[in-house]
Amino acid sequence: MNRIKSCFQQTDRPILNIFFTAGFPRLEDTRRIIRSLDRAGVDMIEIGIPFSDPIADGPTIQHSSKLALDNGMSLKLLFEQLEGLREDTGIPILLMGYLNPVMQFGMDNFLEKCAETGIDGLILPDLPISEYEKNYQQAFQKNGLSNIFLISPTTAENRIRKIDALSEGFIYMVSSSSTTGKTSGLSAKQLAYFERVNAMALENPRLIGFGIKDAESFRQASAYARGAIIGSAFVKMLEGSLDLEGDILGFVKSLKG
Amino acid sequence: MSKLANEQMKPETQNSKPETQNPKPKTQNPSPFQVDENGYYGNFGGAFIPEMLYPNVEELRQRYLGIMAEPSFQQEFQQLLKDYVGRPSPLYFAKRLSEKYQTNIFLKREDLNHTGAHKVNNTLGQILLAKRLGKQKIIAETGAGQHGVATATVCALMGMECIVYMGEVDIARQRPNVERMLMLGAQVIPALTGSRTLKDATNEAMRHWINHPTDTHYIIGSVVGPHPYPDMVARFQSVISEEMRWQLKAQTGRENPDYILACVGGGSNAAGAFYHYLDEEEVKLVAVEAAGHGVHTDKSAATTFLGKVGILHGSKTLLMQTADGQVIEPHSISAGLDYPGIGPIYAHLKEKGRAIFLSATDAESIEAGFLLAEMEGIIPAIESAHALAALDQLDFQASDVVVVNLSGRGDKDLQTYIEWKKKRNE
Ligand SMILES: Cc1ncc(COP(=O)(O)O)c(C=O)c1O
Repeated sequence: MNRIKSCFQQTDRPILNIFFTAGFPRLEDTRRIIRSLDRAGVDMIEIGIPFSDPIADGPTIQHSSKLALDNGMSLKLLFEQLEGLREDTGIPILLMGYLNPVMQFGMDNFLEKCAETGIDGLILPDLPISEYEKNYQQAFQKNGLSNIFLISPTTAENRIRKIDALSEGFIYMVSSSSTTGKTSGLSAKQLAYFERVNAMALENPRLIGFGIKDAESFRQASAYARGAIIGSAFVKMLEGSLDLEGDILGFVKSLKG
Repeated sequence: MSKLANEQMKPETQNSKPETQNPKPKTQNPSPFQVDENGYYGNFGGAFIPEMLYPNVEELRQRYLGIMAEPSFQQEFQQLLKDYVGRPSPLYFAKRLSEKYQTNIFLKREDLNHTGAHKVNNTLGQILLAKRLGKQKIIAETGAGQHGVATATVCALMGMECIVYMGEVDIARQRPNVERMLMLGAQVIPALTGSRTLKDATNEAMRHWINHPTDTHYIIGSVVGPHPYPDMVARFQSVISEEMRWQLKAQTGRENPDYILACVGGGSNAAGAFYHYLDEEEVKLVAVEAAGHGVHTDKSAATTFLGKVGILHGSKTLLMQTADGQVIEPHSISAGLDYPGIGPIYAHLKEKGRAIFLSATDAESIEAGFLLAEMEGIIPAIESAHALAALDQLDFQASDVVVVNLSGRGDKDLQTYIEWKKKRNE
């Protein structure tokens, strides 16, 4: 069965999805980070493909992307690094990236490579729904890849319904009108938005991301969705780390108890 | 000098709009060079934006044409273009320059607009639209600072809060415009990422918009960005060619010029100058890009020569990028042309062979700027000087009518001109 679906079915506990940027802090860290996250017990991993102009990202992920590119990371190299991925882990792995590097790699080629590598889903924030439906949906399906769509506090109800109908896997619920890495806690306004969408009784489970950074915000978000995605806080931790394995274990433990 | 050519020119130099002027009725068939209902120019354009921006861009898409067609909008817009901007801008027959090039050169004087460039045509239109959308705050990106100044100006005029993002490098090389924006009450925020120029200022403005989606309108300064921006900005700039038509007719008796030259950064001044001639096949449209140190050096901004199809700032277009799809930092001495992409309409015009694409180096452009100053008493913006530099690359007939869109004035560039002259004399 599809790894994303079974991940949500296997447990009632909150799903923890951790994001990191490929090629950061060091070029060769990709596999080590995946293995450590798997061992620490995260439920899902999102690997960021670095891009020179990440407009949906705040300073932390911008910085990690720049360093990763300076380190020499590329999509081609990432696929090389991910060869044999499924020997290391059985949890769902997603790739997240902007459209331009994917286009240059070639969308068909990219999707085939993902399937070959054992990638389960993709998050391409600047791929609009209409383009996906018209040009790419079939190829995603042929390769068994879930396209993960974003919704935000300003997404209209009928559009959320449409996204729900198109989604397979989960819906990425952006916690506030913001780029990644906002550090203020969850506000009453955000909680009201979580509740509003919760009440829509969507087909697909939701994971809340952007601004989820610690045990408290993870717990809060998980009260309104199936779990949450943590990115900037994890990336920030990696940059200063002298002991990746130990620090990743500690980070995940602090969230999941 | 081509006496013959000049005798063909009618003597009157009427520069006010004739009463009987009727815009040519829109043809039934939609132009193959205009945007289609899906937001595409042929294979280019679209709206490749994160979901967080979808409601804003969608609202704009649904409403821009309706608002622009409202009589109250048109009345306010036209009045301000006339009384505040100072339109129509003159179409000036440059006699000495014409003698030098043995042809008939007219300058469309966008440099004489209030704030010193074509940019204000667009900012005025967009702020009137933003008001009707109920927005209270305005953000903008700027390269040369001309768009920033034009935005800060209309924000002061309308009493709206204004934030302008500008690359740190551009802040240093276009200091006078930074001071103008501040005096006009805008906040100028330096973009500190990437090459710290126009591309990065645009990234920051988009991020700001993601963070402030409901009360803020983003006034993009060129025919770039997600649909409907390229079309909306082109429509606001189309006043340039609308005036050119009746001015040319009055001054030369001719319907169409043989050539229109304009510099292209994102492409808004060229889009305005080309707009009403896109379907007039006999008019040669010449888009001049910034070659920097030379098209085939690694310091250039000549996108149609160096770019491949890609996606940046919400639009599928030609883009300077590595094989791996990372955007390349361009170079031009002119901050307004220092952009790795280009409006999607140009990718389409290039594919269809409808426009001639040329490029001018830093050196050629600066020298063309000095030439215009010395021969016509006009100091052009370095951006506009690129269009003038391309006069050297074309082979004109004595009877040709050539229009150069003089997109802006050079006050902001004095320091760069002075430094160039110093180096030249060393
Ligand atoms: C005077 C002038 N001309 C041209 C440009 C380039 O922009 P566009 O290609 O959109 O006309 C600028 C941009 O700042 C400018 O200030």
